[in-house]
Amino acid sequence: MADTLLSLSGVHTHIGPYHILQGVDLIVPEGGVTVLLGRNGAGKTTTLRTIMGLWTASRGEIHFADHDITKLPTPDISRRGIAFVPEDMGIFTDLTVAENMVLAAAHGPMDAKRLGWIKELFPPIGTFWNSSAGTLSGGQKQMLSVARAIIEPRRLILIDEPTKGLAPAIIKAMTDALQELKETDTTILLVEQNFAMASSIGDTVAVMDDGRIIHSGPMQELAGDAGLQEKLMGLSLEAHQ
Amino acid sequence: MLTRLLSGDTPRSGLLTVLLLIVLVSLAFAPFLFPGTKSLETAARICIFIVLVASYDLLLGYAGIVSFAHTMFFGIGAYGTALALSTTGPNYGSLIWGTAAGAVVAALFALAIGLFSLRVKAIFFAMVTLAVASAFAVLVSQMSWLTGGEDGLNYRIPRELTPAFKLIDAKILDVRVNGKLLAYYLVFLVSVILFLVMLRIVNSPFGRTLKAVRDNAFRAEAIGYRVVWYRTTATVLSAVMAALAGSLLAIWLRYTGPATTLSMEIMIDILLMVVIGGMGTLYGAVLGATLFILAQTYLQTLMGVAADATSAVPLLPILVAPERWLLWLGVLFILSVYFFPSGIVGRLRAGRA
Amino acid sequence: MSETAIKPRIEKIPLKDQLFQKLPVLLVPLLAVAGLIAIGNPASWLTLTVAGLAMGMMIFIMASGLTVVFGLMDVINFGHGAFVAVGAFVGFTVLAWLAGWTASPSVMLNLAAVLIAILVAMLVTGLLGLAFERVIVMPVYGEHLKQILVTMGGLIVAQQMIYVVWGPDELHLSRPQAFQGALVIGEAAIEKYRLVAVGIGLALFLAMRHILKNTKIGLLVRAGVENGEMVEALGYRIRRLFLIVFMTGSALAGLGGVMWGLYQETITAHMGSEIMVLVFIVVIIGGLGSVEGCFIGALLVGLLANYTAFLAPKVALVSTIALMVVILMWRPQGLYPVVKAK
Repeated sequence: MADTLLSLSGVHTHIGPYHILQGVDLIVPEGGVTVLLGRNGAGKTTTLRTIMGLWTASRGEIHFADHDITKLPTPDISRRGIAFVPEDMGIFTDLTVAENMVLAAAHGPMDAKRLGWIKELFPPIGTFWNSSAGTLSGGQKQMLSVARAIIEPRRLILIDEPTKGLAPAIIKAMTDALQELKETDTTILLVEQNFAMASSIGDTVAVMDDGRIIHSGPMQELAGDAGLQEKLMGLSLEAHQ
Repeated sequence: MLTRLLSGDTPRSGLLTVLLLIVLVSLAFAPFLFPGTKSLETAARICIFIVLVASYDLLLGYAGIVSFAHTMFFGIGAYGTALALSTTGPNYGSLIWGTAAGAVVAALFALAIGLFSLRVKAIFFAMVTLAVASAFAVLVSQMSWLTGGEDGLNYRIPRELTPAFKLIDAKILDVRVNGKLLAYYLVFLVSVILFLVMLRIVNSPFGRTLKAVRDNAFRAEAIGYRVVWYRTTATVLSAVMAALAGSLLAIWLRYTGPATTLSMEIMIDILLMVVIGGMGTLYGAVLGATLFILAQTYLQTLMGVAADATSAVPLLPILVAPERWLLWLGVLFILSVYFFPSGIVGRLRAGRA
Repeated sequence: MSETAIKPRIEKIPLKDQLFQKLPVLLVPLLAVAGLIAIGNPASWLTLTVAGLAMGMMIFIMASGLTVVFGLMDVINFGHGAFVAVGAFVGFTVLAWLAGWTASPSVMLNLAAVLIAILVAMLVTGLLGLAFERVIVMPVYGEHLKQILVTMGGLIVAQQMIYVVWGPDELHLSRPQAFQGALVIGEAAIEKYRLVAVGIGLALFLAMRHILKNTKIGLLVRAGVENGEMVEALGYRIRRLFLIVFMTGSALAGLGGVMWGLYQETITAHMGSEIMVLVFIVVIIGGLGSVEGCFIGALLVGLLANYTAFLAPKVALVSTIALMVVILMWRPQGLYPVVKAK
């Protein structure tokens, strides 16, 4: 049983008058990929943003590696070793690919070896190194977003729907990249609607609905049980491709 | 009965009701309670500014639109009446057509500005209104052949409204019953009516939708309300009210000039009044305008006394010198934005709960 | 990782689009040429053009801080004019101390005096900016309406404080010896000070451009203007950056104030708010958050103001507004709108 890297207990988040997270209890074990599933509006993105401090939890606690990070400001959370790949990718389109990467390497010059590895994972990074990030295609931007999150070693990476709207070939590339990442002892918390992709690399799964976690356990358990899938998601996840 | 008159928008706070009543009674009987030209001038000014500030509250507090062009509409109304009286003589006909013309022109300008806001963001809009208002003021100063330029226009008003006219020979409570008195009551009554009309507007279905639009334009649009139409209508209504207030000022002062209507100082004063009084309440305009104008007129005297009293202490006399009254009002303004974001009225109402 | 799975697409921007992007820059020479045609006399045109460029540069200096602050911090500072006025008054005081230097015919001493005045003014307004940001602006981050109100309040208080410190009268600020008078080129008389102003403005613009494009802090500003949240998520304390940028903006306004004061040769507590109308017009034309747009906008406004002052004085301010309206019709968010992630 792996150590707990990240834990949320009884987390509530309000956005204006809306009560989005209504008591989230989540455990993310160290190492491997934890997948967060759920239909649209369940609160998955809100959960990631709350962990990252972009929205503040109104109640509950968030612990990362035994530190209480519930009320910490975002930059401090990032510095503790959590990286964030948002749904809209957060690419700085006015800057070049190189400049995006330089910013991401907040602690000093980039490790050349690591950069080389990233360029192997995502060739367009190298190809478009000096081009404006705004000229990249959707898939390339997604790669850049992930590349930025991993240019420095992190303990936990939060990724929000990295394959949304991407062509199958690119999804494969992304999946392979995440697989390699997994092997470097980085823990990943992945929000993903594409169940096929999620089940291929996920180790643990948590399902959200109406701002709460309604199921959590090993991925294999859920992947092999169509009845359970239907009960949790309201429909067969096969349809989610 | 009273509730219907106020369109259902009652003060909702004991203290507020008392204060409003004090203001109402003081203004209603000002010539008798506070005899003297200066007090009457102050009272008339308060009436007019209550209307002006309330019209700005309609725009800012209810529609959520920040604009710095309000003095422009005030000026248009004033100049409309002034020009009519100057050109077609001091009779009621001039009064009516001048005021109407002022209101119409103001409405047209407001329409143009409202439609323009289609294309630009809120911050842009605020800055654009600032620029337009400044340009308008400059233009008016320069078109001296029409507007009298910097010196403004002096003109005569219908005889019944001048001090020369005696309604009855006897005095009531030691006050002469002359045209000036009549003029004051004209200003007072019209101000009350306009204020009640605005109360009606903000408490109507239109007003309620306006508030919904202010709070969340995106959502309102999604539900089906045409946000631009509501905002433009609010701008036009607000402009017309301001123009009418301007016409009142023109009649009262028998003079209209850039300094009395178009200056940036007045715009800032309006802002101070509406924020200190309480945005989005209309009653805030009453309290804000009263407080501010009383301060403007009488605080300086008070400060003069304070300055003399502290003349021995270094630096202090300069800070409390009467000319520095705006400094303290500015500080009060900043403090009220932070600590009383809903102004005096908001504070009073909150205390009630 | 199969490379053939993803075909790299090198997207070259077609010539038409490239020209479209560069078009705003061409507006300046276009306006200058239009001015030449309208004015006729090349000598007058030259004088007016230099005057216009000088004025434009000074407005740019004052406006640049405002536009970056808005782009980066989403803060609208209606009190920006206070820094201009305070800068001018501080500059006045410093130059009064250094009266010996300014009266001397030596260019070096004159330059030194002006430089010192500028540095002190920038220091004072920078610190004032610090106080302003922490005390007045920070509590109202994200609330535009309150920002407008509170910064206007700050402006009023600052203007009143100028009266307290320097008295209520307008003060005369004379240019140092070496900057008085004009250079005569053919039939055109070009004031020396205006050339200095153009020089300083240009140097500042290039310096700003360099910092924005080639330094890490510039990178942070450009990224922050687009997506402040993401910058924080990458681990940067953007609040600190905000403060630095705000202080820089107010220091620049102070610099602009000194230069504007020397240009006008009289200073009043209201000079800040008077120039703010033009500053806002320039910021709107340029696009909120864009330094380049601000530069072009300022030059356009400067040239137009001077040309119309010569050709049809009564419509000067109105013509500037007309320019703004025309540009907004063409590009509703200004010449170079910053694409915001929000």
